[in-house]
Order: sequence, then structure tokens, then C-alpha cells
Amino acid sequence: MDPLQWAIDPWGKIVPIHIAWFLIWVAAITGLLFLMVHAIYVRYFAKAKEFASSDSPLIAARVPEHVPRHSLTARLFHWIMAASMFTLLFTAFLPKVGFQFDWVTYHWIAGSVLTVSILFHVIHASFFMDFWSIWPDRIDLRDARRRILRFVGKAAPPPDRFAKYPLENKLYHGAIIAAGLSSIVTGVFMMFRVRTIFFPRNPYLFTDMTWGTMYVLHGLAGVGLIALIMMHVYFGLRPEKRAITKSMIFGWMSRDFYLKEHDPTRWPVEASASPSKSQGAKTEGLTNAG
Amino acid sequence: MAVIRDVMPAFDLVQPNSISDAQKLLEQQGENGWVLAGGMDSFDWLKDRIKKPKVVVDLSGIAELKGIRTGADGIEIGAMTTLTEVVQHPVIREKYKLLAESAELVASPQIRNQGTIGGNVSQDTRCWYYRAGWPCYRAGGNICYADTPEGRNREHAILHAERCVAVNPSDSAPALIALDAKFVIRTPTGERVVDAEDYFIGPEIDITRLHILQPGDLLTAVRIPPTWAGARFYFEKVRDRNVWDFPLLNVASAMVVSNGSIERIRIAVNGAAARPLRLKVVEDAVRGKPPNAATGEMAGKLAVQGAVPLQFNAYKIPLMRNLVKRAIGGVEEATWTPYNGQ
Repeated sequence: MDPLQWAIDPWGKIVPIHIAWFLIWVAAITGLLFLMVHAIYVRYFAKAKEFASSDSPLIAARVPEHVPRHSLTARLFHWIMAASMFTLLFTAFLPKVGFQFDWVTYHWIAGSVLTVSILFHVIHASFFMDFWSIWPDRIDLRDARRRILRFVGKAAPPPDRFAKYPLENKLYHGAIIAAGLSSIVTGVFMMFRVRTIFFPRNPYLFTDMTWGTMYVLHGLAGVGLIALIMMHVYFGLRPEKRAITKSMIFGWMSRDFYLKEHDPTRWPVEASASPSKSQGAKTEGLTNAG
Repeated sequence: MAVIRDVMPAFDLVQPNSISDAQKLLEQQGENGWVLAGGMDSFDWLKDRIKKPKVVVDLSGIAELKGIRTGADGIEIGAMTTLTEVVQHPVIREKYKLLAESAELVASPQIRNQGTIGGNVSQDTRCWYYRAGWPCYRAGGNICYADTPEGRNREHAILHAERCVAVNPSDSAPALIALDAKFVIRTPTGERVVDAEDYFIGPEIDITRLHILQPGDLLTAVRIPPTWAGARFYFEKVRDRNVWDFPLLNVASAMVVSNGSIERIRIAVNGAAARPLRLKVVEDAVRGKPPNAATGEMAGKLAVQGAVPLQFNAYKIPLMRNLVKRAIGGVEEATWTPYNGQ
């Protein structure tokens, strides 16, 4: 089974034209298998999380009851991106499994919304948020090694608590960047092949080989996103992750969850006034609210 | 690319003698099955080795699919009824002359003797890039060779072009839409009846097909209700030569005129898009107005709103405007005024 579809162009060259559409099912089944294996592991085999140290009562006392995690702007971006991503996936793949509708228009409109929201996110994250908080740092890598050693039964000190984002979050963000940017960059060029309001149609922008490679990349990124989004939704619904999911809705997480999972030295959140003032995820007087 | 050969390629030929057997065979074969009606479209595909089905289901032995049945609720034409039979049928000539006129203008007498009404409405597009085997959008690729600056697109779409600019070549399709016909489809889940205009789809819905039939579906009959029997009909086909040619554009209308005003009307054109277009905006605009040149002029302008010409088919816009004008106002009313140099 060839994962790509090939054709002979008018100049006699063999060029790729698409991915083979059975890869949709490969991605969906891979995503599903991951969820099942993870759910079984967590239910029957996983040990309780262990972290290196707990905080002094003094530090704990300074943490507000509602710890701000995502600003309204960040949350709006996330949900707009989610809506456009789901629209893109449904409009891309439902026609492939037999649902007939005018998918192209909805697809490029959703793609345009996603592109604009990603551009906004890049600027917002670079200049108005703690840019490095989503990238793995040395402690993450050290703790990952420790966690793996402990997982396989070898002696290793317990890892530190997480910074604002656990390593898994950061790695997922990296995978989404790779798949998302691949689909966006190729998608923007592919909009030259259809009629949109943005630029005149120009199918001669690239050679058939380059266009074919672009369609293949777009397809691979698309099916990759099927599996990635399945995992994202799954983790968002898992009970132990619910505090993180709620924070993407309400903007804050509870003080207890924060102190249990996060290290105030790596993700400092302090209230300069009394903790009750931070109710409702107000960001006044807090540092590094994200 | 296209390899034209005199002999047919190898495939399994099955010849069922009932609709249910044919439908089951098509369902079993799925994408590998090919429906053979009159063969006027199929034989090109097969002999050129562009389409390579494993199994060809020949419908010619199914008596249920043939013949024209008349009744109080209109007529039912079996999908395998030949175009010649449609043209010559006395009830069609008397009450639904629009269909007879359109069928009579299909290709040549020999082709009408062999071609069927089901095949005529279900035939594939005649875009030569597609039929020559280029890996275009319609063939599953990622480019429309006709919609490029150098593409030869004189016969292609001016409306609703979405990635692919091929057009539907049927002459009987717009007439059946104007007559408010219903298409009877046997599917794996039972019988389905759809309006003629809903039988056809454009590339925005499915770029690889011109109609809604999925693998395993079979068009069995066309029903024409008595609603438009004896109405005032108009059919005109414009083509490069006067016989044996596909339409550049055609127009079909059915109109009921009362007290000098258009009481009811249905009008459709084909050759302008990947599906025959029912011009509902035109119908709404001319209802209640006299069927004269002024109404025709207005209707023609409305009909081409949104039309986008390609490199070589801008002529289709005034052509469509005038065909609609003639369908509403009559041929004499729309006669061209010669340029007299003033």
C-alpha cells in the first residue's frame, strides 16, 4: 500500500498528488489505540505522582485561592483556534467518507481564521506572555530522565513539580506547531489554486512536483492533526486533567491543584494583597499570569 | 495519457435481467463496478483506457428499465429507453414537447438510436483534459488544466466554477428540470426519488462526479408530472456544428401564460456550469410580467449575474443572456439589430 498517490504530469514526470486516503483511518486508529492504552495504563498500572519537595507554609500562604493561568485573550485564542481546527478537519475529511457538502469554501474560510489567529498568537505569546514557558527547559529534560528511570524501576530522585506547563504539554505544543504550521503554510499556498477573496488564482506559482509535495504535506499534517486532536480532547476530558481544562474556560486553577502539581519557584504566582482579592482570576498584583 | 485502441480492454461483463439484480451487483462491486447503458459515454472511457473498471454491469437486458408508461399522474420513462423512442413517443410529442425537442437535438440519429435517457442525464463531462487522462482535479489530481492562462477553455464554465471548470453536456437535463421531472434511484437502502435539479451536483459537492449517484446506486426511471403538460415550451441549443455536437449552451423553459402575463415558469440552462442550472431568480423576476422583449432583456441580464469568464469563453455570457431572453420573449423579439454604422 503506497501512502502517496502519484500521477504523470503533462511533461511526463511522475509527481505526487495526494496522500493515500486510507491514512485517515491509520491516524484515527492510531489515536484511538493510544487513548485505550493510556486509559488502561492509568486505570490499572500507574503509580501516584511523586514530586521532590513541597513548599513552605509561607509560600503556600501567599498563593491566591484562584491561581490565574490563562488570560481572557489567551482563552479566546484557544477556543477560536479549536473551532477553526475542528471546522478544518470536518470539512477536509467528511467528504472523503461520503458526506457531500460545499466543503471548499468553509475550508478556506476556516483556514483563514486559523491563520490569522495563529499570527495573533505568535505575536501575543512573543511580546505579551512568558514566551519561554511553553518550551522545554533543562529541568524538564532532567526530570523526564528521572521519571523514565523510576518508571522502569531504577533508582532516581523524584522529579520537581512542573513549571506552568508539564513537559507533556510542551511536547504536544511542539507537535501541534509542526503539524499546524505545515498545514497552514501549505494551505495558504493552496489557496492560490482556488478562488478566494484574497489573491488572484495562480496555479502556475510552482511546478507540478512542488505543488504535489505541498498537497502531500498538507494531507500528512491534516491526518496527523486527527490523531493529535483526538489525544488533546481525551486529555482534556480525563478527571485528573480537569483542573487544567477548567482553567482554559475560566482562566484560573485552584490553589490546591497549583500547589500539588506546580512549583512556585518555576511558575511564581503571588498575591501582593490578601488572597481573596484574586477571586475570579483577576490579574492585579499577580506575576506571570500568562 | 489516452491510448486509443480498437479493442475493448479486459473486464468481467455481467448482464442482469432485473433491477434488483443489477443494483445488488453494483453494490457488491462498489468502486470497481461500471454501469453500461447505451455505451455512448462508456465505450470512449473504456477503449481509451482512462477508466478501468473490473466489472461492467450491462443494463440492456433489463426489461423493467425500458419503455414509456403514461397515466393520469404523468409519464414514467425507463432509464434505458432510447432517445429516439423519447423523441417519437406520441404523448411526449403532444404534451411534453420540450423533452422531445431537446432529445432530438442530441448528437446524431444513430447515437439517439443507441443512447438512452438515463445515459444522457448521467454522462460524464466532455472536458478534453479530463477525458484525455490528465491527472486533473476531476480525475483525482490537484489541478484544473482548463482553468489556467493557457488552458483551452472555450467550452467550459462561466458559473459556479470551483476548482474544476468542466460543464455538464446533457441536452435532456435542462428540459427535464423545466418539466419538474423526478429521478427514481434504486439504492442499497431502497428507492429514492429526487427532483431533477437535485440529481446534478457541482464540484463544490463532489469534484469527481456530475450527479448524486454513489457506487451501488442505479437510476431506474424518470417521472414527469402532468403539471407542465401542454405548457408553452422553448428549447434552444447552440453548438459549433448543426449535427452531432455537444452544446456550447442550451436553454429550456416551460411557461404558462394567462391574460398576457407569465403565471408560472421554470427555466434551466446547461453548458454554463458543471450542473444544469435552474434559474430560480429569473423565474421569480418574470412571474406576473408579460413574456415580451423587455421582460426577456431583464431576465437575460439576471441570468448571467455572477458569471466569470475564463480566458477563451467570454462569449458564453452574451450567449446565455440572449438564450434566456429568447426563451422568455421569443425568437423574433430577440432578433439581433444589425450594426448599421451609425
